[in-house]
Amino acid sequence: MTGTGPDPAFLAVRGVTKRFGGLLAVNDATFDVGEGTITGLIGPNGAGKTTLFAVVAGFEKPTSGMVMLEGEDITGRKPHELARMGLARTFQIVQPFAGLTVRENIAVGAFLRVAKRSAALEVAEEVATQVGLADQLDKPAAALTVAGRKRLEVARALATRPKLLLLDEVLAGLNPSEVRDIVPVVQGIRASGITVLMIEHVMQAVMNLCSQVHVLAQGRIICSGTPAEVVAAPQVVEAYLGHGAAKRLQGATHA
Amino acid sequence: MKAVLPILAFAVLMGLAPLMVASNVVLNFLVFTLIIALAAQGWNLLGGYGGQYSFGHAAFFGTGAYVTAILQVRYGMNAYPAFTAGIGFAALVGLVIGFLAFRSGLRGSYFALVTLAFAEVFRVLANAAEMTGGAAGILIRLQANPANFQFAERGTFLWVALALVTLALLATLALERSRLGAQLVAVRENEAAAQALGVDVLAVKLRAITLSAAMTGAAGGLYAQYFLYLDANIAYGTWISVEALLAPIVGGAGTVFGPVLGAVILHGLGEATKSLAGSIPGIDLVIFGIVLILVVRFPPRDLPGLLRLRRRA
Repeated sequence: MTGTGPDPAFLAVRGVTKRFGGLLAVNDATFDVGEGTITGLIGPNGAGKTTLFAVVAGFEKPTSGMVMLEGEDITGRKPHELARMGLARTFQIVQPFAGLTVRENIAVGAFLRVAKRSAALEVAEEVATQVGLADQLDKPAAALTVAGRKRLEVARALATRPKLLLLDEVLAGLNPSEVRDIVPVVQGIRASGITVLMIEHVMQAVMNLCSQVHVLAQGRIICSGTPAEVVAAPQVVEAYLGHGAAKRLQGATHA
Repeated sequence: MKAVLPILAFAVLMGLAPLMVASNVVLNFLVFTLIIALAAQGWNLLGGYGGQYSFGHAAFFGTGAYVTAILQVRYGMNAYPAFTAGIGFAALVGLVIGFLAFRSGLRGSYFALVTLAFAEVFRVLANAAEMTGGAAGILIRLQANPANFQFAERGTFLWVALALVTLALLATLALERSRLGAQLVAVRENEAAAQALGVDVLAVKLRAITLSAAMTGAAGGLYAQYFLYLDANIAYGTWISVEALLAPIVGGAGTVFGPVLGAVILHGLGEATKSLAGSIPGIDLVIFGIVLILVVRFPPRDLPGLLRLRRRA
């Protein structure tokens, strides 16, 4: 690095390592997320994706490495400070405020930017419409279906008016028609000017949504590229299917 | 505006009591219940809305009470500024205890134990210190004059206590509708999610415990002005910590009227059993225990909830 001017990447993750005792969860991960893109982070179970998210969003301090948002070093900042800077996240295991209504849930996010209750409730309604929860505003969050809770996660995060949204497996556990319903919601978020970084297992959605994909396996970024590129990359196939799988697959198609 | 009406209705109805009842026993009961309701409303801000269950609100009650008394007795201050200072000191104690406990991330039963420990330390210190009158206690000189925050009529004192409780109810309602209130409830429901939405969890908890301590401290100051006598086991005794948490839990924690309702129900039951069972000491505490077990055993864990359930069934 020459050190002049900010890093061109909107979000830059540089050599992030996270160690839990003897477990190396993330190992020297480096990748970029371009402004205005939907970028995917994929990888087999246990690859360290959620840990990496937790580091970026301030929930875990990295053992080493650096995270930069718009050229500013945000490594180790607290989650609420990052939220204020415009970085919002959802949780893989949904975390609704179960005792509150959908409206009140979303309003908590909105209160980050507005001080008045009426204004926060207005934002809640607006965001609920955006993610397709408008008809469930007065339901208790605990009464929502899995798909509804995933939407609620997204809605709360959106209500904080983020610049960068981290989505942790919002499509996991949904049936194909529910997935088809949420894909346009994510596209709409990008269209409204929010950069999206998503962890996802549902490849159909990744292929549809992401312009750039990073593949994490055993804590390392093993491949970056367009969805078509990474799916074809031998090291990615092997990460999912085991050593030698790429060769065998190739052999099978050529035979 | 609609939400303010029940509070005003309560204030008017309760305010009529001294005009209708002459019995000192009844008025005494009402004043005492109002003082407990105020202490409990303080607990409710932190415990009911914020989910941080304190077992040591005596620390705030006692500080409010002692500062009110000591400033008058030892420093010759007028009762009103002394009472105000009592609230201020209680708030400060709340802030300090909150800072120590919340900064180190204490939650749930750990937080409860630490608050209990603080209250006990205060009790022991107050029992030994000269300033507080030690084990002999401290006596505020009887000068029944409104200028001294003392009133010849119990009914007048009831109105004063009622005014403070009404203010506390309005303040609770305002909190419920404020940004702080929403963030506080979010912290209660799920701390990690609240953080992710930009809630500064530590700051929110500190604000809540400071407000909570101030309100319970006001109840302490009121107690001092009504009974004009304090010792360490009254001011910092476990009884008030228990009363302050029992009333909201029974009446509905995290609701505007829960603490008042709980205080009325508990003390109503307590007094009724005392007059029926006569001279069995501590019989009212037995009743408190039974009510608590019933309420906690059967969801939704407060009396209004039980009634709602009954209606739906």
